[in-house]
Amino acid sequence: MARILVTVMLKPEILDPQGAAVRNALGRLGLTGVNDVRQGKQFVIELDGDLDADRDALLHKLAAELLANPVIEDYRLEVDAQATA
Amino acid sequence: MSTTTRVVDTVQRAATTPDIEQPWADLGVKADEYARIREILGRRPTSAELAMYSVMWSEHCSYKSSKVHLRQFGDKQPKTDALLVGIGENAGVVDVGDGWAVTFKVESHNHPSYIEPYQGAATGVGGIVRDILAMGARPIAVMDSLRFGAPSHPDTTRVVSGIVAGVGGYGNCLGLPNIGGEAVFDPCYQGNPLVNALCVGAMRHEDIHLAKASGVGNLVVLYGARTGGDGIGGVSVLASESFDATGPAKRPAVQVGDPFMEKLLIECTLAMFQAHLVEGIQDLGGAGLSCATSELASNGDGGMRIHLERVPLRDATLTPEEILMSESQERMMAVVRPENIEAFMDICRRWDVIATVVGEVTDGTHLQVFWHDDLIVDVPPRTVAHDGPVYNRPFSRPQWLDARQADEPTAEKLPRPKTGEELRDALLSLLGSANLSSREWITSQYDRYVLGNTVLAMPDDAGIVRIDESSQRGIAVSLDCNSRFGALDPYLGAQLALSEAYRNVAVTGATPLAITDCLNFGSPEDPAVMWQFAEAVRGLADGCLELGTPVTGGNVSLYNQTGETAIHPTPVVGVLGVIDDVRTRVSIKGGRIGDVVLLLGTTAEEIAGGEWLHVAYGHIGGMPPQVNLAAEMALASLIRAVREHLTSAHDVSDGGLAIALAELVLRNDYGLSVQLPLQTEAFIALFSESVARAVVTVTVADVDAVMAAAAAAGVECTPIGHVTSDAALDIAGCFRLEVEQMRQPWQAALPAIMA
Repeated sequence: MARILVTVMLKPEILDPQGAAVRNALGRLGLTGVNDVRQGKQFVIELDGDLDADRDALLHKLAAELLANPVIEDYRLEVDAQATA
Repeated sequence: MSTTTRVVDTVQRAATTPDIEQPWADLGVKADEYARIREILGRRPTSAELAMYSVMWSEHCSYKSSKVHLRQFGDKQPKTDALLVGIGENAGVVDVGDGWAVTFKVESHNHPSYIEPYQGAATGVGGIVRDILAMGARPIAVMDSLRFGAPSHPDTTRVVSGIVAGVGGYGNCLGLPNIGGEAVFDPCYQGNPLVNALCVGAMRHEDIHLAKASGVGNLVVLYGARTGGDGIGGVSVLASESFDATGPAKRPAVQVGDPFMEKLLIECTLAMFQAHLVEGIQDLGGAGLSCATSELASNGDGGMRIHLERVPLRDATLTPEEILMSESQERMMAVVRPENIEAFMDICRRWDVIATVVGEVTDGTHLQVFWHDDLIVDVPPRTVAHDGPVYNRPFSRPQWLDARQADEPTAEKLPRPKTGEELRDALLSLLGSANLSSREWITSQYDRYVLGNTVLAMPDDAGIVRIDESSQRGIAVSLDCNSRFGALDPYLGAQLALSEAYRNVAVTGATPLAITDCLNFGSPEDPAVMWQFAEAVRGLADGCLELGTPVTGGNVSLYNQTGETAIHPTPVVGVLGVIDDVRTRVSIKGGRIGDVVLLLGTTAEEIAGGEWLHVAYGHIGGMPPQVNLAAEMALASLIRAVREHLTSAHDVSDGGLAIALAELVLRNDYGLSVQLPLQTEAFIALFSESVARAVVTVTVADVDAVMAAAAAAGVECTPIGHVTSDAALDIAGCFRLEVEQMRQPWQAALPAIMA
């Protein structure tokens, strides 16, 4: 079994109103020195068997086109080594 | 952009290095335009100046292809006392009585909405709301006119769901009711969806504000969101280049809207107006700071000096050129007297809005922009903002139009339903069609009643809101266009859009006062498209003159085409009307059992361009319905005069009488028993789309009075049936349809497209 984590974040140049709202709230609630907050989302995908090269390539393609909105978002794909047998 | 070099390209450097190669072509500037910039400045432009000129001289900002035609809106402007501010400002302003003024405008955000539907549509709403705010008005309602590709195309659901969610998300968060509009599917919009957003605002006459910077020593304040890399080059690159088949090649950072920031901006700005702290104001939309600074300075009586390094940034790596071009949303620029600046800043602090004094009005004649101590822009502002290039683009009536207009949809060529069963099936297929089915899937995503002033909203013919909770005075607005009529004849197509929007406002009992337009066309470099544009403008200007409703402003969107294929000419017209007391309006909702149904207006055999032909055959050919604006005016004044006798009123347009009657039944859950006039073939009576018609219901006791008034007004008035209790549409001798038989396809169509 393999567990894959796909993290999708707004591209750095894109305005993130939610992140900005959280940044302001953190400051208001006493956390000092908050420079910036960016908010994204994470997909946890569990696969039967190993992540072979074919499935890895397809996963990258789907992460880029389905999980992320390529116009405004970037993704990062990593294999969760602990959960991957 | 010149991001590779860190050398600041100063005015002084430009003067001493005349031969440096500049990327004017990449910025969309033509060779002769570049030569003209050099001529104006007497030297080469700096990179910052080139950025400003390129973006302000783009089609989107300069109207360089359309200007020569748009002048007709001024030349043929009807005499009216209602127009307080005309074309040229952020939006036109209309007197609606009692010291109230209303400002309204429709604007396109088409190309960005194809690339990123949600944010494109959302920032389209945000942009038009700021335009209205900049006139001094409180925004009170929005509307949207949307066009999408074929319902069956795999990309359509992406575009529809994103755009509808974007319009709803932004407007709902702002707390503005969305009171209507239209949503149309047609294959011609596949790669070029249209998002035309309208906003209405209300104010007292004395609160009108204009975009001008005057008074030497007055301060120029930028307030609202920080500036980031949003939409850099978006205006000139995105809005002025057609998409090719491989998709957008250039992808500047998409503008992302923040409606909660905009809400703060609205309240903050209105508080400043109330305290009389603002001498001049301009919103930042397309072309960002380049546009705001040059327009404010150009409209004023002096010069302006801007210190660009003071602009608060979201991204510290932005170059001065990028800061000038950025289209970051939710920003405004105000001109403030020095003695008022503390009070101004206090209000900004109260609303948690960042405000920065970025410059001042000078006694010079130039707009000067500094980057720290270096002078990087030194230009006469008029040359940037108003004296851009003007093109007399060649236009000619396309050869193929004769063949298209001659291709009449005759009964021999395209067989029509004859028997009762065939007519019934035709009505059911129209009710279940993409364009006539229930819009509820869309409108249920919009807040229609927030603020508590909404009187009518979708699915009524026009939206009506009270202008203020203290008043019963209301305004009625409708946005309409049938672009197939434009494809058959652009002159008539524009007048038919006007005719329909006028009628939709009039059937509520409101008095139409003024219009705004959003002219969506293909590439102006194609003489056939340019001809369509010229004809549509001529048609609209002539029509407005006849109706006595001036064009107050609007927007032109060109280059809506993919490859060689342009969209149908789509001149969307918004008509604004006023109603003294909203409690006296009539609508499609109403009518009691036993009421008599009257058809107002005259029906001719006019089906070309209509919905039945579109659904049955997808045929584009023949001549559109005849325009009769005198008849529209007669109908409007008749309805106004007899409105207290009317228990309901509904306009007859898309899909003809059959759809109008079906909509009455669907809305009111009652039955209609109808006898069609014997002298007309049933198919024509039911599906023709002749103009200047409405269906009204009146109590039996009032029939004579209404018929007499109609006769006096010269409006044909035909009793065609009465309201019954059996929840069905019964057309004598043709068919009978239970309300649930009609509701099923009518409600299922849009959800099925989106599934």
